[in-house]
Amino acid sequence: MTKADVLSNEAQQGRWELKLYVAGQTPKSLQAFSNLKRICDQHHPGRYHIEVIDLLKNPQLAKGDQILALPTLVRKLPQPVRKIIGDLSNTESVLVGLDLRARKVRA
Amino acid sequence: MRLSKVRPAKAGKWLKGLSKCATGIRGLDEITFGGLPKGRPTLVCGSAGCGKTLLGMEFLIRGAVDFNEPGVCLSFEETEDEIGKNVASLGFDVASLVSQKKLEIDHVHLERNLIEECGEYDLEALFIRLGHAVDAIKAKRVLLDSVEALFAGLTNLAVLRSELRRLFRWLKEKELTAVITAERGEGSLTRHGLEEYISDCVIQLDHRVTDTILTRRLRVVKYRGSTHGTNEYPFLIENDGISVLPVTSVHLTHVASNERVGTGIAELDSMLGGKGYFRGSSILVSGTAGTGKTSVASHFVNAACARGESCVFFSFEESPNQIIRNMKSIGIDLDRWVEKKRLHFESARPTTFGLETHLAKIHKLLGQVAPSIVVVDPVTGLLDSGTASETRSMLLRMIDYLKENQITALMTSLTNGSSVEEQTDVRISSLVDTWLMLRDLESGGERNRGLYILKARGVAHSNQIREFLMTDHGVQLRAVYLGEAGLLTGSARVTQEAKDETAALMARQEIERKQLLLARKRSALGAQIAALQLDMESEAQESQQLITQEELKIRKWEADRHGIASSRALNTPAQVTNGHDGKRQRGRT
Repeated sequence: MTKADVLSNEAQQGRWELKLYVAGQTPKSLQAFSNLKRICDQHHPGRYHIEVIDLLKNPQLAKGDQILALPTLVRKLPQPVRKIIGDLSNTESVLVGLDLRARKVRA
Repeated sequence: MRLSKVRPAKAGKWLKGLSKCATGIRGLDEITFGGLPKGRPTLVCGSAGCGKTLLGMEFLIRGAVDFNEPGVCLSFEETEDEIGKNVASLGFDVASLVSQKKLEIDHVHLERNLIEECGEYDLEALFIRLGHAVDAIKAKRVLLDSVEALFAGLTNLAVLRSELRRLFRWLKEKELTAVITAERGEGSLTRHGLEEYISDCVIQLDHRVTDTILTRRLRVVKYRGSTHGTNEYPFLIENDGISVLPVTSVHLTHVASNERVGTGIAELDSMLGGKGYFRGSSILVSGTAGTGKTSVASHFVNAACARGESCVFFSFEESPNQIIRNMKSIGIDLDRWVEKKRLHFESARPTTFGLETHLAKIHKLLGQVAPSIVVVDPVTGLLDSGTASETRSMLLRMIDYLKENQITALMTSLTNGSSVEEQTDVRISSLVDTWLMLRDLESGGERNRGLYILKARGVAHSNQIREFLMTDHGVQLRAVYLGEAGLLTGSARVTQEAKDETAALMARQEIERKQLLLARKRSALGAQIAALQLDMESEAQESQQLITQEELKIRKWEADRHGIASSRALNTPAQVTNGHDGKRQRGRT
C-alpha cells in the first residue's frame, strides 16, 4: 500500500462505498435496496454511500465489476472489494459479507 | 442431404426443415450434413484438453470471417488476452476481428471466495451482458465456454439450473446459434448434466491414447431433426485449425479409368502390356529389405513429374532429403520436381501419430495438393501405429479415398524374411490392383534382385521373372537367364552368357568351315567332271576316227569286189540271169 493510499484510507476511515447492481425495478431489487439501506442505517449510520446501477440502462457496466447475478452489492471501500449477491434478506450474512462479522467456515 | 429435402410432408408438400449453420470447420459440416442447427444451442462436451474451446472459437471465427456472422464468446475460464494468444497459434487474429466488431469476447470471472450469497438472486446480469455484446456487434453466433464454471462459483443449484434453462431458451428465442462447451462427467456426457438442457445437438470430443499414441476423435451423439454421420471421426488440431475427417465412408462406386500411366521403367511398361498401370489403380510393390522398392516408386514419381503431374510421397522411413540423395545414385533427380512444386514429400515417423491421424493428415494434404499420384513408402511402417487389422482398415479407407479421386497409389510393403513372401504383413494384397514382387535370387555366392508381376488386374501382363538391375542411370530389367543350368542371375548369368557366346561362336565357325569344305569339294568334283568330259570328248573323237577309217575300209572292199566281179563278167558274157543257177554254181565252185 502506498502512502497516498494509507492517507486516503484514513480520510475515508470507516466510510462505505457501496454499489448495488440491479436490473430495473424488480421486487428483488427493491427488496435488496431497502434491506441494504436498513442495514447501513443500523450498523453504519451516516457513513455510507450507495450507488444504484441499473444494468438495463447501462449494460456495459456489468463487465467492469464482473457482475453475473442480480442483485449484486459491491463494497468498493473499504478494500478489499466484496460482493454479495441476493436480495440481502439475511442481515447476518450481509454483515459477514461486509466483514462486520467473523466469517464462518464454509462447508 | 437435409432431412427436409428427403422426407415429404404428409400433406404432400415439403416441410420446412431444420436450417443449418455452417461451421466452416473442415469435415464437421460434412458429417452434420450442413452444420450445426441454426438458432439453437449445441453442446460440445469432452474431457480436458480435447479441443472444446478451440472448436468453439473456430466456429466463431470462421463464422465471422467466412460467413459474415459476428460472434460473441462468453468465456468463463480464460481472459480475452489468453484466448487471443491461444488461437493465434492457429493463425487467427482475434484482436483485429474484435476491432472490426466481428467478434466480442467477454471474460466472465467468478470467484467464489469473494462472493457472499444472501437471499434470492438470479443471473439476469449474465443475460444482460450477453445481450449487450450480441446487440453491439449484431452477433449471430455465441460461444459459452464453459458454462459449468458457474457450478463452481455459485452454491444455489436450484437457481443455477433454472437460470441455465432460461439461458438456453433465451438463446433460442434470440435465434442465436450457440456452442456450449462442457467437461465430460463420470458416466455421463457432462459433469453437471447439461445435456438435459441442450438436447438439439450434442457433439462429443474425445482423445484416446493407445500404445502411447494419441488420436482425437469427434462424434455427433445426437442431432435432433437431422441425420448425421454416426461414427467416431478422427480430427486434427493443426496450424490452421481443426479438420474433422469423415474417412469411414466407403463406397465401392469409383469410376475405373482406362487411361494408363507409365511406370517410369520401360521394361516394366512392356511387362504390363506395354503401357503401364491403370490410372487410379492401386499398386503394391512388396519385397524384402533392399530389393529396390523405393527405387521402383521413385521411377514412377519421376516419370509422372516429367509428364507434369503432381505427386505426393509419404515416407515413413526416410527423410525427403535422404530419398532425394539416394535416388540420385541411380540417376533419378527428384530435387528438381520438389523445386517445381510437382513433388511433395511428407515424412513422418509412423509412431508420431495414430493411424487415424496419419490418415487424416494424408487426406488433408491430398486435399491441398490434389495430386494424381501418391506413394506410400512403406505401408508396413504404419503397423507401428496400430494393430494389423486397424492398419488394414485404415489402408482400405485410404485406398478407397484415392480410387474415388482417381489418384494412382503406389504402396511399398516390406516383407520380413521370415514371413511368406506372397503375402503382405498388412494383408492388403486383395485390395490392390497391381502387385509387383521384388525378391532376392541367391545363387553362386551372390544376391541378385528379381522382379515379377504377381498380379495386374485387367492387364495382359508378363509372367516372367526379370532380373532387376540398379544402374547409375536408373533401374533396368533384364530377361533372366533360363537354360540348362536353370534360372541364373548376376555374374553366374554373365558367365553362362559368356559360355553360351563361346559355344555359339564355335558353332558358327564350324559351320563356316564345313561350308568352305563343301565348296572346295564341289569345285574339286567340278574339275574332275571337266577332266572326264575332256577325256570323253577325245575318246569320242578317237572312236569317230576309227569308225571313219573302218567305213572307208568297208567301202574300199566293196569297191574292190565290184571291180573284180565286173571283170569276170566280161569273160563270160552268157551269164545266166537266173539267180538259182548262179547261186548253185557259186556254191559248187
